[in-house]
Amino acid sequence: MAEATVPVAVPTGSSSAARLLRAVARQRELSLIVVMLVLGAFVFTQAPQFLSASNLTQVTAHASIIAVAAVGEAIVILTRNVDLSVEATMGLVAFAVADILASHTVGAPVAILLGVLLGLVLGLLNGVLVAVLRVPAIIATLGTLSAYRGFTLLLAGGKQITLTQLPAGYTDWARGTVVFLPLFVVIALVVVTVAALVLRQTTIGRQVYALGSNPEAAEILGIRTRLITISTFAVCGLLAGVAGVMWGMEFGTINATAATGVTLQVIAAVVVGGVNINGGSGTVVGAGIGALFLAFIQNALILLKLSQFWLQAIYGLVILIAVVIDGALLRAVQRSRARGRRP
Amino acid sequence: MSRARRFLGWEALLAVVLVALIAIGTTVSPVFLSGRNFTNLTAAVIEVSIMALPMALIIIAGEIDLSVESMAGLSCAIVGILWQAGIPIQVAIPIVLVIGAAGGLLNGVLVTSFGLPSLVVTLGTLALFRGLALVVLGSQGVAGFPDWFTSFGFGTVPGTPIPWPLLIFAGLALVLGTILHTMWPGRRLFVIGKNASAARYSGVGVARTKLVLFAFNGVIAALAGVILTARFASSRADIGQGLTLTVITIVLLGGVNIFGGRGTIPGVVLAAATLAVLGNVLRLTNVSAEIQSIAVGVLLIVSVVIPNLAHQVSAWMGRGPQAGRGSAATAGAGGTASS
Repeated sequence: MAEATVPVAVPTGSSSAARLLRAVARQRELSLIVVMLVLGAFVFTQAPQFLSASNLTQVTAHASIIAVAAVGEAIVILTRNVDLSVEATMGLVAFAVADILASHTVGAPVAILLGVLLGLVLGLLNGVLVAVLRVPAIIATLGTLSAYRGFTLLLAGGKQITLTQLPAGYTDWARGTVVFLPLFVVIALVVVTVAALVLRQTTIGRQVYALGSNPEAAEILGIRTRLITISTFAVCGLLAGVAGVMWGMEFGTINATAATGVTLQVIAAVVVGGVNINGGSGTVVGAGIGALFLAFIQNALILLKLSQFWLQAIYGLVILIAVVIDGALLRAVQRSRARGRRP
Repeated sequence: MSRARRFLGWEALLAVVLVALIAIGTTVSPVFLSGRNFTNLTAAVIEVSIMALPMALIIIAGEIDLSVESMAGLSCAIVGILWQAGIPIQVAIPIVLVIGAAGGLLNGVLVTSFGLPSLVVTLGTLALFRGLALVVLGSQGVAGFPDWFTSFGFGTVPGTPIPWPLLIFAGLALVLGTILHTMWPGRRLFVIGKNASAARYSGVGVARTKLVLFAFNGVIAALAGVILTARFASSRADIGQGLTLTVITIVLLGGVNIFGGRGTIPGVVLAAATLAVLGNVLRLTNVSAEIQSIAVGVLLIVSVVIPNLAHQVSAWMGRGPQAGRGSAATAGAGGTASS
């Protein structure tokens, strides 16, 4: 952890090798899509139902939930922090919303809004722990991962909310469409687009990258680093809240262990999507495509009738391969830049 | 030296908390001081306490290993599958210890040779090792282990309430404490944790030391998996899930600095005892497991917040309002703390 100060390098040399490296390093999104197309073609020849409408809907629904959470996680990781508590936030929000709905006291829109707000509050709490109380992000969110989940278990007290307790038609929204596109996909696309625009076009967005690239320099430049850190965690909590609501809608029946283990998928999506784990570089578009990639692998395992037991191991391998490739690319880029500087 | 005084302060604080908890325990429950309760109390945390000892060394050296719980699970699954295949436990144990070393080496190589952050590497192997446990054992459970093996997990040293695994913890604490605090390889860890590049320039084999640390951590995690198998008298692929949190809580509660460079083994031992007694008191007073999970999470955060605040307050009083620094507290914050 102590060595996490490698500045993000984009080569300025104009040799063709440097340009190629730069292209590969930058086109993570494109390479992922190419890999998916090739693998997809293979899966299709083995199991033609891969491209059926019902299968695609199922894959994209799950991918959309992970993508929404991954956008929030990516924003936090861009600032050189990490949020391990997203799964607990998702679980707490999913259960709380289902619990409110089951009580039939307020309508679905109010319950959803409350759920998203709950996510925002949980994220803010993480942000305050990290930025104000100076607890390292990994420790703070490891602690809240346990605390939020414990609170969910307490709230649930062993019971679960079943589909029949929810308002009629609530879970149908998970299968709803907006102009031919599934509702969940539209939500994910909107979240990715808005986040990408804010990060690219606004001052605070650029400051997120500045903070992640070099915290000390960002501070010296007068960037309000604490405010940005708190904001990124708040956004991450908010989006985890949205993902939690989607999770509840998708599954209907919810108990206190909802979304257990999802943090790993979310971080895998972010890392596979090319966001540098040391902060400062990467895009939320990449994180979204990373989420799609993971959902695709899970689906391919099912369709190819491979054991589901492999899934966890493959997620681990995918994370390791992605960071090894990233590290190698980064070093190659730096080497080529160093060579370019030599007279 | 103010640093030494501060450590003593933290350990003294832990000792006071421990004594207070024991006092509370004796008043709330008549069975608290019984030998049987001592056995239960230690058995409940023995695996995490054992894993906390090498983890303390890793964190002192400025790294972290999130994969220990999965390595324990993988070791448990492999002991089960080997036993099922008719291989005696005496042979299975060395095999899983070697696998633990190999898994730890994988972490170490990825961190040192590829220069990757240990947080992400071990997050990846956290999934990978657990996945391999699932692949090896699937959803089945293996039971029917020989009596001598399960009594190693359940039983106590004859005539005493001391569970066998506690002897492993005590021996390991003694050896690691001696190495860390009185011998040169130990001093090397503090140097590496404080300033890895300075250590490298002064001829300390940083990469090799870290490699050994990760491999050793893997071996101990596999050993913890063996103890878990014996204590539960069964082998399942999901055993040990969530233990990393408790392991890291013990280490940080013990006063080890999360940024590396500072910490003591006696502190970690005290923290393990504190957590054991706290859990026991909560159980004896029928506090639900959910509250205990919240308590561990809060304790983890508090154990970092208190020294941080204390440091900030003292720095603020000594140097004026300049002391507050950048939000993404990087390694620098840990390094300046002792000056």
